[in-house]
Amino acid sequence: MDKIKKKECKVIVKSENCKGCYLCVEFCKPGALKVSKNLNKMGYYYVEPNEEKSCNGCTACAIVCPDLVIEVYGE
Amino acid sequence: MKLKNEWPKHYKREVITHYCPGCGHGVVHRIVAELLEEMDLGKKTIGVNPAGCAVLAYKYFDFDMIEAAHGRGTALATGIKRSRPDLFVLSYQGDGDLAAIGTAETIHSASRGELFTVIFINNAVYGMTGGQMAPTTLKGQKTTTSPDGRNPKYEGYPLHITDIVATFPGVAYAERVAIKSPASIIKAKKAIKNAFQTQVDGLGYSIIEVLSACPTNWKMSPVDSMKWINDVLEKEFPLGVLTDKRKGNS
Ligand SMILES: Cc1ncc(C[n+]2csc(CCOP(=O)(O)OP(=O)(O)O)c2C)c(N)n1
Ligand code: SF4
Ligand code: SF4
Ligand code: SF4
Repeated sequence: MDKIKKKECKVIVKSENCKGCYLCVEFCKPGALKVSKNLNKMGYYYVEPNEEKSCNGCTACAIVCPDLVIEVYGE
Repeated sequence: MKLKNEWPKHYKREVITHYCPGCGHGVVHRIVAELLEEMDLGKKTIGVNPAGCAVLAYKYFDFDMIEAAHGRGTALATGIKRSRPDLFVLSYQGDGDLAAIGTAETIHSASRGELFTVIFINNAVYGMTGGQMAPTTLKGQKTTTSPDGRNPKYEGYPLHITDIVATFPGVAYAERVAIKSPASIIKAKKAIKNAFQTQVDGLGYSIIEVLSACPTNWKMSPVDSMKWINDVLEKEFPLGVLTDKRKGNS
């Protein structure tokens, strides 16, 4: 079988700026984001990447985030 | 790998707004900042901000903004645009501001066909002051001043002010959009771009009504608020282009 090159993508959540609205989690189809068990300095359970699923670089999370908390890297 | 969503140049770096979690204002601010950069308008933009939750918008954008008295945004924008027609002028207003106390300014600036753009945030309540009934509040919707739900017999019906001004000859572009999903946000950005281009081309008044969540006063989670916009708010205020007098469209 031919090797299929997996697209490299990465999502970074600037957790200190996250207000815990969870719109990004709702609209991330692959489930690559999850809610942390910890609070940030503003007192919100922030969002963090879910290491068990991979990000496909679609940027849906960044589009819905009202607070520009998410950076999406891809090719 | 490269960063796919650069921080918009005209939005102050790493700002943390005072908006509540999931509030639509933040998304609309970002769209405005992105478009001013993409359309190379940022350096000649003057914004007018309202009384309402967007009262502090000048702290977040890097272009000049003037604070209008409640409802008077389009009167102020008229003065700015008429004295400096070379500038790009933007009035950002909520539904309490634009459709209640500011009705006269809204109707008459539109009827005069003033050459600026209005961003109209319809969240069906007075957000900043604690969720009172607005002209846009739905029939039966509970607010702090309609605790049993808005009753048309006493409080009248939801006001469709964008539909009204869209019938005026001087209004060149009017569209209603929603902030409820990634796809709807992409559509909203296209609509605001059309409105901005309408002003750049000097074609007439342009207004974009944005159905936008106020999870705090709706007493819903942000995710449920997106569903409420889709399932309920949009039924009263259907999305779409209300008028488009750009070349080939009129
Ligand atoms: C002359 C005057 N009357 C009343 C007020 C109080 N006030 C401040 S904001 C506001 C309503 C804001 O609602 P809206 O325009 O819908 O904006 P939102 O906060 O929902 O974004 C009111 C009544 C005021 N600032 N000035
Ligand atoms: S870019 Fe797409 S896949 Fe990746 S975390 Fe965001 S929403 Fe999920
Ligand atoms: S959309 Fe933004 S603010 Fe909301 S939970 Fe996700 S990262 Fe946090
Ligand atoms: S009160 Fe409503 S409109 Fe105002 S910041 Fe909070 S969610 Fe947004």
